Amino acid sequence: MVEAFFIYFALMVVFCSVMVVSRKNPVHSVLWMLVMFFHVAGLYLMLNAEFLAATQIIVYAGAILVLFLFVIMLLNLKEEIATEHSVGGWPGGLALAVSFLLFALLAFTGFTVKASGKWSIQEVSRLTHTKALGKVLYTEYLFPFEVASVILLVAIVGAVVLAKKKLKS
Amino acid sequence: MNMPDLQPLMPEIVFLGLALFVLLAELFIKSKETIGLMVIVSVAATAYMIPQSFGVTFSGMFISDGYSSFFKFIFLLNLILTILISIQYIQIERAEFGEYYTVLMFSTLGMMIMASAGDLIVLYLGLELMALSTYILAGFIRHDARSTESALKYFLLGAFSSAILLYGIMLLYGLTGTTDIMKLSSLLMKNGMRLQSIFAIVMVMVAFGFKIALVPFHMWAPDVYEGAPTSITAFMSVGPKAAGFAVIGRVFLTGLEGFSADWRLLLVVLSIATMAVGNIIAIQQHNLKRMLAYSSIAHAGYAVLGVIAGNTEGLSATMNYLLIYAFMNIGAFSVLVLLRNEQERIETLEQIKGLARNHPFASALMLIFMFSLTGIPPTAGFVGKFFLFRALVYSGYTWLAVVAVVFSAISAYFYLRVVMYMYMYEPEEGVTQDISTAAPLGLALLITSLMVIAIGIYPEPFVNFARLVVG
Amino acid sequence: MVPLNWYMWLGAVVFSVGMFGFLTRRNVIIMFLSIELMLNGVNISLVALSHYMQDLRGQVLTLFIIAVAAAEAAIGLAIVIAMFRNRQTVHVDEIKEMKG
Repeated sequence: MVEAFFIYFALMVVFCSVMVVSRKNPVHSVLWMLVMFFHVAGLYLMLNAEFLAATQIIVYAGAILVLFLFVIMLLNLKEEIATEHSVGGWPGGLALAVSFLLFALLAFTGFTVKASGKWSIQEVSRLTHTKALGKVLYTEYLFPFEVASVILLVAIVGAVVLAKKKLKS
Repeated sequence: MNMPDLQPLMPEIVFLGLALFVLLAELFIKSKETIGLMVIVSVAATAYMIPQSFGVTFSGMFISDGYSSFFKFIFLLNLILTILISIQYIQIERAEFGEYYTVLMFSTLGMMIMASAGDLIVLYLGLELMALSTYILAGFIRHDARSTESALKYFLLGAFSSAILLYGIMLLYGLTGTTDIMKLSSLLMKNGMRLQSIFAIVMVMVAFGFKIALVPFHMWAPDVYEGAPTSITAFMSVGPKAAGFAVIGRVFLTGLEGFSADWRLLLVVLSIATMAVGNIIAIQQHNLKRMLAYSSIAHAGYAVLGVIAGNTEGLSATMNYLLIYAFMNIGAFSVLVLLRNEQERIETLEQIKGLARNHPFASALMLIFMFSLTGIPPTAGFVGKFFLFRALVYSGYTWLAVVAVVFSAISAYFYLRVVMYMYMYEPEEGVTQDISTAAPLGLALLITSLMVIAIGIYPEPFVNFARLVVG
Repeated sequence: MVPLNWYMWLGAVVFSVGMFGFLTRRNVIIMFLSIELMLNGVNISLVALSHYMQDLRGQVLTLFIIAVAAAEAAIGLAIVIAMFRNRQTVHVDEIKEMKG
């Protein structure tokens, strides 16, 4: 039963990813991405990560994708903003991606890990996932958390500087 | 929970506080010189804190030791020199927003965190802080299509390489159950999944290859360096590169020590390709910024040699080389900034024809930097290369040292061609070779040229210092 | 119980689809989205690893990745806007000044 859910989510995620990279119109890509994010959130629920599932939808789907849509609509991108290929276009990109994939499929065959940590499913569900994650985040990972706040500040400053309309002088 | 020990983190905390202060001060203080001075004072305060900050905190996530401090000095030096060459330059480019200085500081903060990172998560966040700030800086002349295009390229390739790095980090985490760099090596060896470990190492190396522009992950560098504001090109050809090396030294020599035979082989291939492509393509360049971009690629190839040698001698030679490279490369870019006047950008070989007639002093400075980049004694560039190659020979890579010397000889062609154009030709009609007269820029040139010559003549203190902090 | 390597395979597939998109598409917005796909591939693997190891570290990293992705999107899109403003005055082909 669980396997059936996983297979449904996994197939949808892969299908949507392929749709994202293959659409001509970026708006369609963004919408496929939205569908994909919901399915990824479903996978997170299967992995007992409720808080991350919510974050995935609120931040990724709600904020980041809306920002994408907003920019596409705002600029009315009829002529697409394009850059040159970085590696010989179609054949090169396909070869690299496929070789990566084959290598990864091989590497993960029979890949297992030991359940060595102290956050067992019972422990997490006793505390609730949000609380457990918060506990780790604000004690062990306090320093990276502060660095992340500086990153967000830089993003604000940078977005204002780059996208402000008029030059001062 | 008790309070973590903040002493090792003090330089970063002070620097961050001052960066925020500069961000606010910029609202009220219109004079950019004052802001620039404030940044320099902040840097001095931070540099003063560094020697007193040794220690490990946040359960091993943040390590302040001699190694990280040496790199922090390089980053702070890079910041000071960049500020000095920027003050007038960004006015000429009509991009004089106060945020410029704050973002430079944030980028430097990111590098400092990278150099001290003892945990892969901290490393990733420091790297993103540095990279995001640098994308902004590359696009700072936002009314110039070249600058924004450069920012876009840098952003796309940077984000791509970050994703690859994350995949590598994920694999390391999966294999060991930890993200602590100090514990990685023993856990990886104990785990014994060789194929997966190699997979992780390759992913991490590809990501860092992008960051320090090793061939074949260099394709973004020439376009980005050419399009970005010249002062920022100087900044990002030294700072992020040195930060990348700081992390490579820590992750590969400590965290992935058990696999040194494997990654060393990879690095040898990458460094030969890098030296070859960097030096040979530089020959075809007529735009000086583009030529310096390829030269910067080639120099990353040299600096990697010390990591390949892998011992104290090699690592200290790499660190020394990066310090020397900071002086000579920023010096060379400063001369380009000096040549930027209100009418035009002087960037091509044709435009600097006969420069020695009009500006003998500027030409002489360029001559020093070109000699140093080639590695001709008695300049610092020679010292840097000498110790790198010596470390290589001592650890049994004599053939690689010979290859590197051959490529250095090839590089003489395009560096000395610049000198030839300045000294042997008549100036072209219709090119105004006015030069800037800004005092801070003069100071930057003075510092860089003096240091290039001083280290060239009397290298012992610098070499010993680098050895001391590593050993 | 779904075995761990199913999740790892899925993560690798999503990552490689993103990689393929990034390397072959020329539309900047779709290239951004491809990078987000790659990040999602990493996130799926991380959360799965974290779950099977009974260790929350991987999920914390996922949280940081989502935060950084938001910052990255803001800056990337700001660069696109700045670029778009420049292109209104100059045509696409004319600003391809930088070559090979």
